Amino acid sequence: MNASHPPVAELVGVTHRYGTLTALDALDLAVRPGELLALLGPNGAGKSTSIGVLLGLVRPQSGRARLFGADPQHVASRRRIGVMLQSAALPATLRVGELLRLTASYYPAPRPLAESAALAGVDDLLTRPYGKLSGGQQRRVQFALALCGRPDLLFLDEPTVGMDVEARQALWAAIRSLVGAGCAVVLTTHYLEEAEALAQRVVMLGQGRVLAEGSVDALRGRVGLTRIRCLSDLDAAAVAGWTQVAAAQREEGRLVVTTTATEAVLRRLLDADAALSELEVRRAGLADAFVELSRQDREAA
Amino acid sequence: MHATTTMSPRRVAGAYLQEIRSECLRYLRAPGFILPVTLFSTVFYLMFGVLLSPPGSDASRYLLASYTTFGVIGPGLFGFGASLAIEREGGLLTLKRALPMPPGAYLIGKMVMAMGMGMLVVVLLLVCGLTLGGVHLPPSRVLAMLATGALGVLPFCALGMFVGTLLKGQGAPGLLNLVYLPMAFLSGLWLPLRLLPRPLQAMAPVWPSYHLNQLTLAAVGVGRGALLPHVLALAAFAAVFLALATRRLRRVG
Repeated sequence: MNASHPPVAELVGVTHRYGTLTALDALDLAVRPGELLALLGPNGAGKSTSIGVLLGLVRPQSGRARLFGADPQHVASRRRIGVMLQSAALPATLRVGELLRLTASYYPAPRPLAESAALAGVDDLLTRPYGKLSGGQQRRVQFALALCGRPDLLFLDEPTVGMDVEARQALWAAIRSLVGAGCAVVLTTHYLEEAEALAQRVVMLGQGRVLAEGSVDALRGRVGLTRIRCLSDLDAAAVAGWTQVAAAQREEGRLVVTTTATEAVLRRLLDADAALSELEVRRAGLADAFVELSRQDREAA
Repeated sequence: MHATTTMSPRRVAGAYLQEIRSECLRYLRAPGFILPVTLFSTVFYLMFGVLLSPPGSDASRYLLASYTTFGVIGPGLFGFGASLAIEREGGLLTLKRALPMPPGAYLIGKMVMAMGMGMLVVVLLLVCGLTLGGVHLPPSRVLAMLATGALGVLPFCALGMFVGTLLKGQGAPGLLNLVYLPMAFLSGLWLPLRLLPRPLQAMAPVWPSYHLNQLTLAAVGVGRGALLPHVLALAAFAAVFLALATRRLRRVG
């Protein structure tokens, strides 16, 4: 999408170390205009440091970071971004409307207050002190603050932590409508289903490097894994030892087998257990792909 | 995609004003901050300067000055130091640095808040002193007190800011009190300096509160000697601690 346009945010060969720990290892990353990019990876993979460098909070030890072609540490380049961090204790005694007005004042052409509030679903909270809100409501307010400046690029760091299912769905809908209107989004999340639901492109980080990138489907396809679930008395440990089986375990009383050779393993399963029932075969999700890619990376290292 | 990244001077000024307004509002609504900061010095003055000193006496005039000094230090140290320590821990400072907040707005917001609180402390003490304490001050001296209060906060903002960069979270008020109370004592704010042991008297000019006290004493008309050295000493304290604090903030965030 818009691959010919210059990226809205970019890391070029960025390396950053904390003591002996390498957080980013010659990392290249580009966010294209209007795309929703999900940044995934286990703790310590370099997600937070990448975001910190892109926001100008961390000055990289080598390589460079660009926001709209300029240094993120210049305030002008940050006037086109919106930010929702993982944790930010906003002043408890300020009212939601006051927080919105304050944050909007940093931007050249912010949305009208009512529009920001409606987009984030906080219109009924405007006169409430921030400290009196529930955790989920506070997250929605932080989302409203992120979008109030009419940004072209939105950084959302674990946006739905602490939200119930309904609130999460509502936030997803809001994110989709912003992306529909041309806003690029960088999303980090622990919920892989969130990335599956929203992301056009996924970048998986591990040990400060890009392990894999592509669409959700492409990443799933890349690992070529299938999950076979069935009701069977076969010993999971024994099945795990079969050739071409990546993993086998019991989940909720069912045998779950992950494999790259679906047909061969299925045939062997059916031969081994005539009483096998409730057979289910599906392509592995992002979570499986993720585990597999991390495993491959560790083995390569 | 629009590409407006330039802000009109009017909007930049608006951002500074919003920041100042928010900073003042949040503390005016926080009784846990505003009551101790304003009432400490007022209650002390009522006890020692009004109840235990004859109305209109030199003591009540002298104590008006020294409790003003004591009261003015509080908003600087705590308004700046404690809130900075808490906001560094809670992630608010990080968020503000990521947002396109005009550089300096964060510090200026807190500074104006502290100056306003400093003036409020002076007004409360003046009301007590001029009515109950029987102290007579011409309008020029009242204005001098207000100006000393408003500007005298600043070196302590810088000191508070530095302490606020040393540790995060709720530990800061404790450490600030360890600075505040001994420093007040050693600068002669509670007992006149001449009642302290000689070595402590000789050491007094080390403390910024000593220099501020010389200015408030002069403002109520009991000071002696030149004022400029004290003003310069306070400016130097402010500059040094501001430099130390910004350096630490840049390093540790």
